[in-house]
Amino acid sequence: MREIEVSTIRDAVARLAVDSCCNLGADVLTFFEEAVEREESETGKGVFRQLLENASIARNEQMPLCQDTGLAVVFMEVGQEVHLVGGDLEAAVDEGVRRGYTGGYLRKSVVADPFGERKNSGDNTPAVLHTRIVPGTCVKIVLAPKGGGAENMSALAMLKPAQGRAGVLDFVVDTVAKAGPNACPPMVVGVGVGGTFEKVAYLAKKALLRDVGSVNPVPRLAELEDELEARCNDLGIGPQGLGAASPSWTSSWRSSRPTSRRCRWR
Amino acid sequence: MEHALTTPLTDEAVAELRAGDQVRITGTMLTARDAAHKRLADLLDKGELLPVDLRGQIIYYAGPSPAKPGKPVGSIGPTTSGRMDAYTPRLLDIGLKGMVGKGYRSQAVKEAMVRNRAVYFAAVGGAAALLAQRITAARVVAYEDLGPEAIREIDVVDFPVIVVNDIHGGDIYEEGRRRYERKVGA
Repeated sequence: MREIEVSTIRDAVARLAVDSCCNLGADVLTFFEEAVEREESETGKGVFRQLLENASIARNEQMPLCQDTGLAVVFMEVGQEVHLVGGDLEAAVDEGVRRGYTGGYLRKSVVADPFGERKNSGDNTPAVLHTRIVPGTCVKIVLAPKGGGAENMSALAMLKPAQGRAGVLDFVVDTVAKAGPNACPPMVVGVGVGGTFEKVAYLAKKALLRDVGSVNPVPRLAELEDELEARCNDLGIGPQGLGAASPSWTSSWRSSRPTSRRCRWR
Repeated sequence: MEHALTTPLTDEAVAELRAGDQVRITGTMLTARDAAHKRLADLLDKGELLPVDLRGQIIYYAGPSPAKPGKPVGSIGPTTSGRMDAYTPRLLDIGLKGMVGKGYRSQAVKEAMVRNRAVYFAAVGGAAALLAQRITAARVVAYEDLGPEAIREIDVVDFPVIVVNDIHGGDIYEEGRRRYERKVGA
């Protein structure tokens, strides 16, 4: 049995909150650089150039890439050989969010009592915490801030087996088409298939954590992702819906803006 | 086409703009989001005076992140404009001349824009740190209790936007997509 202080987790969450909001991941940066070259529309190129300059300003000034620094979504894997000591884990995660969002000048976007006063909680708590118990002696934390403008494009469908693969493809493309110019570039789409109502939403969210540009190791699924990417790009929506031939979309089942950050102890 | 616009907006300046044009705005704009719009609409319902004069003004749909010490404002990109659609036609009818945001507008908003010769611009979502650098000063002018959603007057220099809806009925979201859409099998 290995002991880990929850204060260590608190500090990691605070650090990850700031890092994920201010420092764009290398995978997304590479995507923007390639998109400037590949994009056919001048307007589209201009959008990607702005996003590259934005990433550079955010990193240099340590200010958030997007004013909407989201709800703090924390995916945590806890090894079953780990004993967490020194306090309540959920309280430690919330304290990390409180410190990160306050100290890092990040926007607080959580309100309490949605049918009443809608009063801002003032520190962006509570976090959304997903824990998994896994074999081993490590704790792994991924923090993926989720902004409202991206989250409210989400959709879920209960399909019949007869609708099959085509039904899934049509639903994803239709959801992207509806999002259109409302979603910010790059449009990264996480797809979950199977399980129950709550499980499939969790899978879709987790799919966003994949690196942009990564290829699914299962050939059948890689092919499905390629087809989805092509069909979504053929919609012609382009970055910020201003019309473009090439991806505002990057490829299916992956990471969201702002980028996620991982932290792991051995 | 590219334009440099100064505020307040005039009928003549707005008439020149076409959907898809790149525009750099210099002058002052107001920031307001859902909550502030609701309060403005409530005042209009009661027949009371608004805390800001909207005639010729541009509202930027944005709720910034907190400003670091020494900076006028934190990161400040556009929010989804559809959130404001329920309130917007009434503001256009009393003289609001421009809006900056992102995403689709309702038919009622588009009609109110044509009726009042007003224009809708998009800023690039996710370019919030870059847009903050184009703001030289910010002052809360109403509803301070709303925090990031308070109404602020901001001074902007070369603030980059693209015309989405012009007063001639043009819509870049429809035109751009039609131009680049590829039909299956084509």
